Amino acid sequence: MPRSFPHNPQLNANGELQHLLSIEGLPREILMQILDTAESFAGVTEREVKKVPLLRGKSVFNLFFEASTRTRTTFEIAAKRLSADVINLNVAVSSQSKGESLLDTVANLSAMQADVFVVRHGSSGAPYLIARHVKPHEHVINAGDGRHAHPTQGLLDLYTIRHYKKDFARLTVAIVGDVLHSRVARSLIHGLTTLGAPEVRVIGPQTLLPARVETLGVRVFHDMCAGLKDCDVVVMLRLQNERMNGALLPSAQEFFKHYGLTADKLALAKPDAIVMHPGPMNRGVEIDSSVADGPHSVILPQVTFGIAVRMAVMSIVAGN
Amino acid sequence: MTKIPDAEVLLPRLAAELKARVTPATAMIGLHTGGAWLAERLHPLLGLKEPLGLMDIAFYRDDYAKEGLKHDPKRTKIPFEVEGREILLVDDVLYTGRTVRAAMNELFDYGRPKSIALVILADRGGRQLPIAAQYCGAQVEVPEGMRLRLKRAANGKLALELERAA
Amino acid sequence: MKILIKGGRIVDPASGRDEIGDVFVSDGKISATKEKTDRTIDAKGLVVAPGLIDLSARLREPGYEYKATLESEMDAAVAGGVTSLACPPDTDPPLDEPGLVDMLRRRAKALARARVYPIGALTVKLAGERLTEMAELAEAGCVAFSQANAPLADTQVLWRAMQYAATFGFPVWLRAEDQCLARGGVAHDGEVATRLGLAGIPAFAETIALGSLLQLVRATGSRLHVCRLSTALAVEMIRAAKKEGLPVSCDVGIHHVHLSEMDLGYYDSHCRLEPPLRSQRDREALAAGLADGTIDCAVSDHTPVDEDQKQMPFAEAEPGASGLELLLPLVLKWGAARKLPLAKSLARVTSDPARILGVQSGRIEPGAPADLVLFDPGQHWRVVPEALKSQGRNTPFLGYELAGRVRVTLVAGSVVYEA
Repeated sequence: MPRSFPHNPQLNANGELQHLLSIEGLPREILMQILDTAESFAGVTEREVKKVPLLRGKSVFNLFFEASTRTRTTFEIAAKRLSADVINLNVAVSSQSKGESLLDTVANLSAMQADVFVVRHGSSGAPYLIARHVKPHEHVINAGDGRHAHPTQGLLDLYTIRHYKKDFARLTVAIVGDVLHSRVARSLIHGLTTLGAPEVRVIGPQTLLPARVETLGVRVFHDMCAGLKDCDVVVMLRLQNERMNGALLPSAQEFFKHYGLTADKLALAKPDAIVMHPGPMNRGVEIDSSVADGPHSVILPQVTFGIAVRMAVMSIVAGN
Repeated sequence: MTKIPDAEVLLPRLAAELKARVTPATAMIGLHTGGAWLAERLHPLLGLKEPLGLMDIAFYRDDYAKEGLKHDPKRTKIPFEVEGREILLVDDVLYTGRTVRAAMNELFDYGRPKSIALVILADRGGRQLPIAAQYCGAQVEVPEGMRLRLKRAANGKLALELERAA
Repeated sequence: MKILIKGGRIVDPASGRDEIGDVFVSDGKISATKEKTDRTIDAKGLVVAPGLIDLSARLREPGYEYKATLESEMDAAVAGGVTSLACPPDTDPPLDEPGLVDMLRRRAKALARARVYPIGALTVKLAGERLTEMAELAEAGCVAFSQANAPLADTQVLWRAMQYAATFGFPVWLRAEDQCLARGGVAHDGEVATRLGLAGIPAFAETIALGSLLQLVRATGSRLHVCRLSTALAVEMIRAAKKEGLPVSCDVGIHHVHLSEMDLGYYDSHCRLEPPLRSQRDREALAAGLADGTIDCAVSDHTPVDEDQKQMPFAEAEPGASGLELLLPLVLKWGAARKLPLAKSLARVTSDPARILGVQSGRIEPGAPADLVLFDPGQHWRVVPEALKSQGRNTPFLGYELAGRVRVTLVAGSVVYEA
């Protein structure tokens, strides 16, 4: 029985971005618009007065159901650089029986004249539920939902790659580690395939790769040495300790031996390859310190670019 | 019938007028896009010490709430200290004055200039703010429903043109 | 009361009959002889069929009255043309005590709408540890024993339970799902779950468990009815088991015949179901299996859930869909898509479930109970909350237009619903 898909919830009737929920489903033009706008904002952060008045008088609510100081801080900085008012709400995840429902929380904030909700939630799809229920002038930015998407991270990764490598059309990109649980990986994969990167690889043990992952448009490697060969970009994913408890991996040591990025393994990639990591890093688990701090690493610039990218996203959605 | 002046004729006249006023503290900033083209032509004619600055006012416009962020903001690059400078702010067409207001707001976020003088190729009247050009190429009357734009040909030749307003 | 149902298109799957004619009802049964009638119902333009028999519909009593009540759900049943239904034991408390079963049957009988056949709990509290007093429960009215959606992980207990049920000849109705492989999963482990970042339940969670169940049937001789098939491979396994002559039957939720993982769209929690909606290939195999009879019947698996529990992120939403009033139009739609004669498609919700339940209803024949439904197969209606009598408005088909509207429903010769 054919089912008509609802209208793409991220775009308004004019095809403009009104919410940023996922990189998947966004046309190439919108991704480029965000990257180009971020480029302009990069100049702002370098001068004396680091603010522009674009979002003056607007309120940005950081609604974080999952704790995160890093991401929340960068969103806060980005919003303030746009002259917006920022309110931080760390909502402890409530169990089913007690506490306000997600929609009740949003409705209450709505009553306080919010303009932008930046939402991080442990359940995939939560921002979509919120976006279905906010008022027309309210905008939702997904700061990470479950293992589904982290679009601003994906965008800053794309921005970083563009900054160092210029043209996506010639790149081989490898994403290494726990792809199964990674919203960062999913967002980056969608971004790279939309922008035309000809080869996107995922490298990891079978236990850490999702079912039918090749349907996302990637090549699967279980052997890291084979997977890293001639790569232009290597993206290392964070490995969480829980994976050992879930019978997905025996130990961090064995993981590091086969899937950790060392200088030796990096030598298999192109000589001018860049190394990225969404952070925070587990040194000695997924990445060796010598590589993390070495000349190929662009991990710190990623953080700086993150602010400009988030400024771009906020200023684009809030104006539509 | 409105007579549109020839940009290539106005340009050297403006340059001559400006050259007489240049001091060691003078620096030039052109506003994207038309003002930038004009500034790129004027700058070498004036023998200025500082390189040319280019500005995009996208983040300072007063119509963001209504129009949102326009596509492709170019990057503002001001390769000199604004503090204490005599700025020549260059734009192609002066109309309501809102663009210049935004440019001045943005300029002050870079530092405090000693003075700002507005250099305009064509003034079409219709001011909505108390803004005036210190150097002006020509006054041009624009019929209702039309727009005055600066165009740049492939060979770099500049021309003022009328077109239907969007 | 003597009723003449005049001039309708009589479709009786049990006999294959499909012709215009009259049906006489007298003393609660279908009558052979034409007698002086108290009432005549003009059935011109309508199909006259046996009332639908739904092998899985949750009435939410006892215990879940805030989700739905016996009254509202029985209203929904007859409005949907369902004249008999079997309700799973996952009430609160579960149907593991004869007293509870007795009370449920009395309440249902007093409402005088559809016939209710309770399914008893296979283990105490559905906890999968101790056997229930199946003989007592059967005496109180249970027609079979089940775990509903509760897992029975201890295979030794499962074996014993099937042996005990087989001793008395009681049928065992079980879902095939390996609790450990399904743990944490909320969607089919495949392309869509990967894209949406949802924890997946692999197809082999069903087939591994089904393999074990079939082995236990061979070992115990227990009569097994497998509930809610969801995978293509399971259909094949049942086909082979039937060929072998094992006493096995099975059903499929009507939603799974129409929908697949693709219908999750942007996290539509109305598509959060147990078992999950699987791939297009699985759906096609289920639709085909229902057509060729490998799958004996279709059920609604009616599960009212209040909207608050659905307006949650997908993984946190309560699973289940409301379906009593959609069973008929969805079966018609499936039959039409597969180009089946009406008698064949209706068999899957009348004569076939009657055979599995072991009841006399489900056919139009003199002497059979006068459980009938008169419906207009061509009447389209829009699935909107106002059009549903059930308290559960949670259906993936909200907003859809379906064909097939019930006009009159009779149970035991009395009119219990009239549009």
